[in-house]
Amino acid sequence: MADTEILGTDSAVENPAVGIDQSVGDFTYDVKYEFDAGSGLNEGTVRYISSVKKEAPWILDFRLKAYQTFLDKPMPTHWATKDLESIDFSKIRYYLSQGQKPKRTWDEVPDDIKKTFERLGIPEQERKFLAGVEAQFDSEAAYSNVKDIVAKQGVIFLTSSEALREHPELFRKWFGKVIPTSDNKFSALNSAVFSGGSFIYVPKGVKVAMPLQAYFRINAENFGQFERTLIIADEGAEVTYMEGCTAPKFSTSTLHSAVVELVALKGAKIQYITVQNWANNVFNLVTKRGLAMEDAEIKWIDCNIGSRLTMKYPGVILKGRRARGEVISIALANDGQHQDTGAKMIHAADETTSSIVAKSISVGQGRSTYRGQVHIPKHLKGCKNNTECDALLINSNSRTDTYPAITVRGDRHAVQHEASVSKVSEEMIFYMQQRGLTEAQAMSLAVNGFVNDLVSQFPMEYSVELKRLIDLEMEGSVG
Amino acid sequence: MSVSLTSAPSPVSAPATGLTAERFAAHLAQQAPLPAWWLDAKQVAWERFRALPLPTRTDEHWRFSSLKGISFDGYDLSETPASAAPHLPAFPHTAQIIYSNRQVIGRSTVPAELTAQGVLFCPLDEALREHGELVRTHLQKHPAALGGDKFVALNTAFAASGVVLYVPKGVEVDLPFVVQHAITGERQAAFPHTLVILEDNARATLVEFFVSGDQRTHLAAGVNDLHAGAGARLTYVGAQSWSDTTLAFQSNSIVAQRDARVLALNVHLGGRQARHESHSRLLGPGAHSEMLALTVAGGTQEFDQRTLQTHAAPNTSSNLLYKNVLLDTARTIFSGLIVVDPDAQKTDAYQSNRNLMLSDTAEANSLPGLEIQANDVRCTHGATTSRIEPEQEFYLESRGIPPKKAAELLVIGFFEEVLNKLEDENLHAVLRDLIEAKFKAK
Repeated sequence: MADTEILGTDSAVENPAVGIDQSVGDFTYDVKYEFDAGSGLNEGTVRYISSVKKEAPWILDFRLKAYQTFLDKPMPTHWATKDLESIDFSKIRYYLSQGQKPKRTWDEVPDDIKKTFERLGIPEQERKFLAGVEAQFDSEAAYSNVKDIVAKQGVIFLTSSEALREHPELFRKWFGKVIPTSDNKFSALNSAVFSGGSFIYVPKGVKVAMPLQAYFRINAENFGQFERTLIIADEGAEVTYMEGCTAPKFSTSTLHSAVVELVALKGAKIQYITVQNWANNVFNLVTKRGLAMEDAEIKWIDCNIGSRLTMKYPGVILKGRRARGEVISIALANDGQHQDTGAKMIHAADETTSSIVAKSISVGQGRSTYRGQVHIPKHLKGCKNNTECDALLINSNSRTDTYPAITVRGDRHAVQHEASVSKVSEEMIFYMQQRGLTEAQAMSLAVNGFVNDLVSQFPMEYSVELKRLIDLEMEGSVG
Repeated sequence: MSVSLTSAPSPVSAPATGLTAERFAAHLAQQAPLPAWWLDAKQVAWERFRALPLPTRTDEHWRFSSLKGISFDGYDLSETPASAAPHLPAFPHTAQIIYSNRQVIGRSTVPAELTAQGVLFCPLDEALREHGELVRTHLQKHPAALGGDKFVALNTAFAASGVVLYVPKGVEVDLPFVVQHAITGERQAAFPHTLVILEDNARATLVEFFVSGDQRTHLAAGVNDLHAGAGARLTYVGAQSWSDTTLAFQSNSIVAQRDARVLALNVHLGGRQARHESHSRLLGPGAHSEMLALTVAGGTQEFDQRTLQTHAAPNTSSNLLYKNVLLDTARTIFSGLIVVDPDAQKTDAYQSNRNLMLSDTAEANSLPGLEIQANDVRCTHGATTSRIEPEQEFYLESRGIPPKKAAELLVIGFFEEVLNKLEDENLHAVLRDLIEAKFKAK
């Protein structure tokens, strides 16, 4: 029957295929760290990170300048939540690793780290459907490998630290160009202490058939993870990148602050898929932006289910003519969670088009916020943007906010924004109940129906897991 | 010439210019016959005005606004009304009060049968003298919370012109009450304060015109308090056509009690930079607020509109429709927020901003926001920015209508959706003429 599949009561439960159920990630093994920058942040911390990584002097300079910018920038609490003030930068550990070089086979990965990723099912997924995997454990990648068939096409898939050493000219050309250090306080922090993350270069005309994946694992308490990812798709290239993440539930808070830059050159296509399922103690403050040149296309598929506070607004700068940007965003906020997500579309060339579809579900005392920016400056023509955001409120104390900002100059564009807030109608629940579903099953079905058109755009493995996860989150939310 | 606040008063008793401490002291002395609480409120407001900083970049309430054009320096308060007052559109009305440079220059009496029922329509100072307690219990009881505190404080400090309209329980008045505020003369200023109190089940319409008597530079900082008691029906229309060099600010506060219905329509045509804040509070179940605005932005004008729809009781509804037409290098900002309190279940709120771009150099900013804390609600908002449909233009042109006229007809058509919400046909026609006049002048 179709309904058992949707309600996910069968095999999916035992199979943590993509590992996005939070309980799946809620474990921790004792790991001995060889490199530890200690708690708190000062210039010494920045120098320590740079020295263990044996970085070129220009990178240290870059980091130190960024550290100063971080100090100079105020917390953005004049528009963002005051919860940001709960972050104590002096208690966070900024760098923890067992070594700086990722292993190329799982056999070489130290046992205590390997068993974490095996439990999360990463090696199994790699065999099944991925072109390459990077597995980051706290500050550094423990494992990074790309399948031969992809490597032979000239695709580079390394950790950021490796790429800085091996391909400095390629890296430096785009590094910090899409997201300047001073973009915001947290992009500055990342620029000062970044470690890990992926570097991908796809050569001209190469279409990577299977997705590349990165998996980010936080293991240590009071830890801050600051990965830095740069993806470059050369002319006519195509690539799909997926990232997943988990952390154990500690009683103290954890900080995750990534910077992700995408560059799609003429006619290239990049699809970036995130399924964020951090434990409910993680502050997830991430800056993600892509640069789309002529006829290029960048699509962010962003799903936020975990974390205490997420602030993330993936953006696309539409730099070349006919470039296309798209953001698909799903957020689910449960008790104690605030999903502050959205999108940013900066039109900078004629005939560029962008589309934003955001759906959020607030359960219990959860709060979901949509923040969007659409900018069409003067002297452009034929730009189009369409934004839709829909919010579903499950309980009477759930909360949702919508804060879009749209600037349009000139009369040759078409921009529309629509948003709605609703609850699951009693008639709908009643209809399903009289056909034999329990109230909880009916609610799950209705919520899955609400996000179904977006979930179906995820790769199959993810969409099955997402549906199951939504069911889990909805458990006990009615009555 | 400007006078520094710190320098000792000049021995020659030249009149101080600018909104200085001396000017305020002089104003307060003129107001001396009025109740002490009013003078105290002015003193507090003056200090508040002085203490509050000008809006800054990081102030979310002022996001996208041009801040460098906001200055209170060099404006003056003329003590004599201008000899020639601007024309006031003629249409059927109940009574009129006409101000020029903060002085009453014309007033028609309220019909005796309404006065007998307790209806009050008089200048602010008269109301303060004769109905002080009524004014005191309602004035600024629910100030708009939209960031214009400095302007509101300035208004309270210097407010002298303005009207009070009071309609007792169950009294219904068909024809509108009409007010005109005019400013004439270089760097003259006005601070109108309007107070409308409709008691339970009362009904009335108030129409205010804000005009410049010449094309000189003016400052206008106005405040409205509109109260609709249970079951009351209030229609408020404010139409401003200040000079193109005027710095204009207006704060609107609307309070609707149980089953009250308030319709507020603001027409914005003039000003170099004109900011309008409007805050509706739906305090009783069944209350409804209709918030409407029409703007024609031309030249280098900037129109900055900020709205807030606060649903504080269950079963309340609100509907906002703000339409802007943009020409030349004009800018508009619409920032709206619907707030639904946790207890305000069954809220039905709508917010829509439509921008019609008639120029390739104009700029429209939209910030339509929602903050929802109750789940059983229907809240939607929409914002669109686009040009005139080429098919519509072609249709009209193919019937022999010249392009300029066709565009004009389409703009009028764009506005009709809002104007049609007015029940008063005469008022509808007056406002349409006003908009057409501006559009034709372009």
